[in-house]
Amino acid sequence: MKTSDVPQDDSILGEHRRACYALDEHGRYVVVASRGWEVEKVMNAQAVDEIRAQVETLRAQTLRGEVSPLAYHMARCQMTPGLLAANAGVWRWRVKRHLAPRPFARLDRAMLERYADALGMTVEALTQVPEKEQA
Amino acid sequence: MSNASTATATGAVPDFEHRHAAHCESGTVATLLRTRGLDLSEAMVFGIGGGFFFLYLPWLKMGGMPLTAYRDAPRCIIKNVCKRLGVRMRSERFRNPDEGMRALDALLAQGTPVGLQTNIFWLPYFPADMRFQYNGHNMVAYGKRGDEYLISDPVTDRTVTCPADALRRARFAKGVFAPRGLLYYPESVPAAPDLERVLPLAIRATAKRMVGIPLPVFGVRGIRFLAKHLESWPARYGVKKANALVGNVVRMQEEIGTGGAGFRFLYSAFLQEAGQLLNRPEWVEAAAALGATGDRWREFAILGAQLVKGRETADSAYRKLAETLRDCAAQEERIFTRLKTVV
Repeated sequence: MKTSDVPQDDSILGEHRRACYALDEHGRYVVVASRGWEVEKVMNAQAVDEIRAQVETLRAQTLRGEVSPLAYHMARCQMTPGLLAANAGVWRWRVKRHLAPRPFARLDRAMLERYADALGMTVEALTQVPEKEQA
Repeated sequence: MSNASTATATGAVPDFEHRHAAHCESGTVATLLRTRGLDLSEAMVFGIGGGFFFLYLPWLKMGGMPLTAYRDAPRCIIKNVCKRLGVRMRSERFRNPDEGMRALDALLAQGTPVGLQTNIFWLPYFPADMRFQYNGHNMVAYGKRGDEYLISDPVTDRTVTCPADALRRARFAKGVFAPRGLLYYPESVPAAPDLERVLPLAIRATAKRMVGIPLPVFGVRGIRFLAKHLESWPARYGVKKANALVGNVVRMQEEIGTGGAGFRFLYSAFLQEAGQLLNRPEWVEAAAALGATGDRWREFAILGAQLVKGRETADSAYRKLAETLRDCAAQEERIFTRLKTVV
């Protein structure tokens, strides 16, 4: 790939630049900062949309009282029950149990704090879900 | 984002120079060696570290996707570079996060740049859509200003800052490849390593791994294995899931900091630099051939994107994708079989 062929498409990168290796006019490799590539954007969107759709489903389910807010926030942080269990220092079967609204509602402050800390949020935020879809 | 030249904070490394890199591990190691007086390009570090590889492990699922990698395992570059160049790297992990943060602060206060393993999801300076739960990200901390760390993340084009709370979370995230607070820095670096000896050895090792492992999942065989599986994905999983699997392969190739075409251009840059340094025309030739293979890998990515966008009808598209992969495999087989013998 030549330096002039390095894609500079609008992409997921925003202000970020990606380093690409390409050949300059003397045929030597140099690092070119790329603004992104359309292909990358398409593939990233596919993965991100999938996650977003899942999170959105869980948000609606939480509001209907079918799952606990923990299920929503866990998905938002791209975690599985196993990963959340490891991060919070809780048994996995307990995490799975707390994904249901009623066992979650009975949790004491200390347990909520452990989950909140593992998910990088406050206890107050953990016990709620947003009313509207998150962008 | 702040610029390197304005980093005059307490506990910051004086005259720290940031360089933009394609891959986090090779970039981090290059930065750490440079601060100790050994100035090697990222490509050289990547090549000497034997970062180049291919593997396809359909039984090992990561987030429901078969593991496809265009490189060797995390930390392999660090390990190989240390072994081959004779660098003594001090590494520490911590059970207690407070202790891990204190140890980092103490090193920074002495003016030592420190390599860190982190989880990308918790690093706020990355664009939101690039933040996935992945524990194998490497970067350099070179100072602290108040409650913020000064970070030279090789895959960003300039230095950044990271709040202490986020960095702590990123260093002590759990899961696969959990960093457990890993920090590392060179204790001794040779002033002039014997590249005449090291470079052929490194190239031979990579060539052997690409064409010499008699298992279907590694190297060139792995690429062919992927091609075979990929053709059967639509019938096996349905078009939607199959498209997602193709998307995952392409993301491993392009999105995850590879310098383009799944490290093919980066390794090509290494072969070129090594060949010119030691006057080995056959390496420079191999560099050109691998660059051409890289272009072919890019075509694979473009085809994949067209498929995902629905511009291609599934059946013929999957055949074309598999053909492109087989072509890449054939080209790389030629390149590395020759490299194995000429070295």
